[in-house]
Amino acid sequence: MNKSAAKNELLYFALRNRKLQIGLGIVLLFVVLAIFGPLLTRNDPFAYANPLGAQPPSPEYWFGTTFFGQDVFSQFVFGLRATFVVGLIGGGLGTLLGILVGFTSGYRGGWLDEILNIFTNIVLVIPTLAVLLIIAAYLKVRSIPIECLFIGLTSWPWTARAIRAQTFSLRTRDFVDTARMSGMKANKIIFTEIAPNMMSYLVMAFILQFGGAILTAATLDFIGLGPTNAISLGLMMQVAVLWGALQLGSWWWFIPPGLAITAIVGALYVMNVGLDEVFNPKLREM
Amino acid sequence: MRLYFGRKLFIYALTFFVAVTIDWMIPRFMPGNPILNVMARIGASINPIAAQAMYTYYQHVFGFDLPIWQQYLNFWSALIHGNLGISIYMFPTPVANVLKSAVPYDIFLLVPSILLSWYAGNKFGAYAARSKWLDNTISPLGYVLTATPYMWLGIILAWLFGIKLGWFPIAGAYSFNVAPSLSWPFILNLLHHWFLPFASLFLVGFGGQAIGMRNMIIYELEADYSHYLEALGAPKGLIRRYAFNNAVLPQITGLALSLGVVVAGALVTEVVFSYPGIGYLLLAAIQNQDYFLIQGCFLFIIIGVLLANFVIDIMYVIIDPRTRRGMMGEMA
Amino acid sequence: MSLRVNNLTVYYRTLKGDVRALEDATFSVGDGEIMGLAGESGCGKSTLSNSIVLLKPPMKYIKGSVSLDGEELPIQDMERMNSYRFKKVSVIPQYAMNALNPTRKIGKIIEELLASKQEYFGAIQPELMRRMELVKLSSDVLKMYPIELSGGMKQRVVMVLSTLLDPSLLIADEITSALDVASQKAVAEMLVEFRNQKFVRSIIVITHDLSILAQIADSILIMYAGQVAEKASTPVIIRQPRHPYTHMLISSLPEVGVRYTEKRLKGIPGKPPLLLNPPSGCRFRERCPFAFEKCLEVPPLTEVDHGHYVACWKELAAHA
Repeated sequence: MNKSAAKNELLYFALRNRKLQIGLGIVLLFVVLAIFGPLLTRNDPFAYANPLGAQPPSPEYWFGTTFFGQDVFSQFVFGLRATFVVGLIGGGLGTLLGILVGFTSGYRGGWLDEILNIFTNIVLVIPTLAVLLIIAAYLKVRSIPIECLFIGLTSWPWTARAIRAQTFSLRTRDFVDTARMSGMKANKIIFTEIAPNMMSYLVMAFILQFGGAILTAATLDFIGLGPTNAISLGLMMQVAVLWGALQLGSWWWFIPPGLAITAIVGALYVMNVGLDEVFNPKLREM
Repeated sequence: MRLYFGRKLFIYALTFFVAVTIDWMIPRFMPGNPILNVMARIGASINPIAAQAMYTYYQHVFGFDLPIWQQYLNFWSALIHGNLGISIYMFPTPVANVLKSAVPYDIFLLVPSILLSWYAGNKFGAYAARSKWLDNTISPLGYVLTATPYMWLGIILAWLFGIKLGWFPIAGAYSFNVAPSLSWPFILNLLHHWFLPFASLFLVGFGGQAIGMRNMIIYELEADYSHYLEALGAPKGLIRRYAFNNAVLPQITGLALSLGVVVAGALVTEVVFSYPGIGYLLLAAIQNQDYFLIQGCFLFIIIGVLLANFVIDIMYVIIDPRTRRGMMGEMA
Repeated sequence: MSLRVNNLTVYYRTLKGDVRALEDATFSVGDGEIMGLAGESGCGKSTLSNSIVLLKPPMKYIKGSVSLDGEELPIQDMERMNSYRFKKVSVIPQYAMNALNPTRKIGKIIEELLASKQEYFGAIQPELMRRMELVKLSSDVLKMYPIELSGGMKQRVVMVLSTLLDPSLLIADEITSALDVASQKAVAEMLVEFRNQKFVRSIIVITHDLSILAQIADSILIMYAGQVAEKASTPVIIRQPRHPYTHMLISSLPEVGVRYTEKRLKGIPGKPPLLLNPPSGCRFRERCPFAFEKCLEVPPLTEVDHGHYVACWKELAAHA
């Protein structure tokens, strides 16, 4: 089948896959909320709007208010933005690094592969949160870009391993040998022969990194190592717990942020399963 | 097999070396001056001469007045002697002692939750691969659980079962008015406090394992050897048993790789429930800028993870018969 | 024993519709006969083999019957077929080299399989050793893991295992495709030896390599695009094929001693049709040099000579 017919077939199955539809739908819902939500808010997320302090949801404050009288809905939608940004940039960086290391390792082989492999294993075993904690603890001021950098620099081993394994198996395939024998340069081979066949893995790796970045960011934020001048879903939960939301029963304060993260990450995982079915015909349901 | 363990030990040693070096490096290369922070914290006098003397004193205590390479070697030698410095936050308790009192709680929390969630998750994942009906109930549950951030599940459990229903306490390892002893009331009290944090770690781990196992079993059921057995009319039980045994192997490897995530999860769970493990300690150390305690916690975490990895490697050799023959099996 | 297949029709369910992989297959294999089943890729050989041994989704049974030794096989019923599999009907699969569980010793695999079919390993063991010796496998193999064996050794293990309970019918699916020529000869000869020693009664050898069949098959059945084209004894198929497809197939084989400059190899122009929406009537007509209007109807498989069956209107016209 020629390339455009193959692409069309993929698209056909992609649009019809139930899991992909549901997963993508949920994610898009939150993206829309993140983009347009802040336009709907009247209060700045940090402003002490409600003099009564923690109040349940009402027509005036859709998600209620925090212990300090801040608008929870406002915090929620701005926090969503931060969460998506970290997922995108942190996850994207992790994917890029993973692809770089994995490709080089799998394609070149030999001693370079050995070294990169050992390096990957080391980074994999070291609990990255512990390292992040230490680094973040010494930095006085932290921002969202820094957080993205941290996450990207420590989450790539998973992707590297997967990409390396795929590159290994593709490298020895006949069409690559043919390209190499016809004198194609290594870079060209990687981009025109190997990469298209790995597209599915690259996309799925990115989705997993995206979800993982969101979870890691939430964890960092929750322990107090998140950005010092922004609002995020993890930070909302941190402040909530710190200021007794549990004991006060202010469920509107701590349930939405965690629920949003669970929904988004869960939807991403489901999307991944759906994509696997689209790319791997054997899994398609009858 | 010697090759297998030799290679593993080499990587662990290297990892330990790298981790300790990172641990040592960070305070020295980060922006900001830890000495000034300590002095600010203890409210050092504004008198410049006194302040200078104090600064010199701390420089000496921290070893900052020595050349870099000597500081590094001293660090290692102190480490080997079990000297992790004196905690600032819990002055004058040595860091090693502070950690010693926290480690048992971590083990108490982590070991049962890791083992049980692995066991139960794999069992249920195997069930899910059996029938479409089971798959449609177990899989979504698994995905939701594994997508749930650890701290949020902890919060929800604490709120629901701790506050709303009042069935469990949500802070501390045991009640404040109870003295530790080897008596039943104390043990029950301990377990009472332990249950919610344990459940929170267990549930998330369970979800991940169930999903992983289900996928592995489906993969094995589609392998050539399964088809061959089917073609020879072998009963489903035999095929499933082979698939399960083969699927368990990558699950063991996966467990080792997930330890980093589990440690992070335990950390936040301890924060939610004020459970006095290393995670909780680490947070307090950060908030109080106790550099020695931070370094000590990190070291303990690294050692714990490496040890756990090693134990899992041993288990793997026991379970995969091929490694005993000198083949690498899944771990290659 | 004999195998009788009547009008066996099996389709593959796909998202785009039913692929008509096997249409009205009718033939029989006699007691002690080695029948070769040949044809291009996608002609329905594997579908036929799977229909007899392992008919499960996405394959869909449409109609037809298969009977072995006068007893009809419940090929549609996966459960009931289990009692026939391995004991009456057995298969050496195409993937024989990967057919053994990698984490179990060979001996254990055999023992557990037999136990699961309610056969006692101890009773069969002497026979097992005898057969392993026959295929030149040392008894040490039983204590090894599949990864410790070479591809050829694994295949021989599978050959012994599949025939261990003396099935009436053995289907050997492309067992020589992945081998070098010398090994092909050895394996083909082993197959014949199995039949001669009565380890199996009849064999269907599936392959696209006619030269192997010329050596060991008693009769050959040619399939094209899911339909049976011709069946006859081996010498007849090779020397006097009647179906145009068979004829072109045979003539496209290189002859020993003939050089390219003297006589060019003739291929068959065109491609086999896709079976999602196959052409009506004879599926070969679009590539057949002799096609005429009648070919728009499906030609019936007719016995034009003793034991010689052809499905071709041109031949029927000549015969009639």
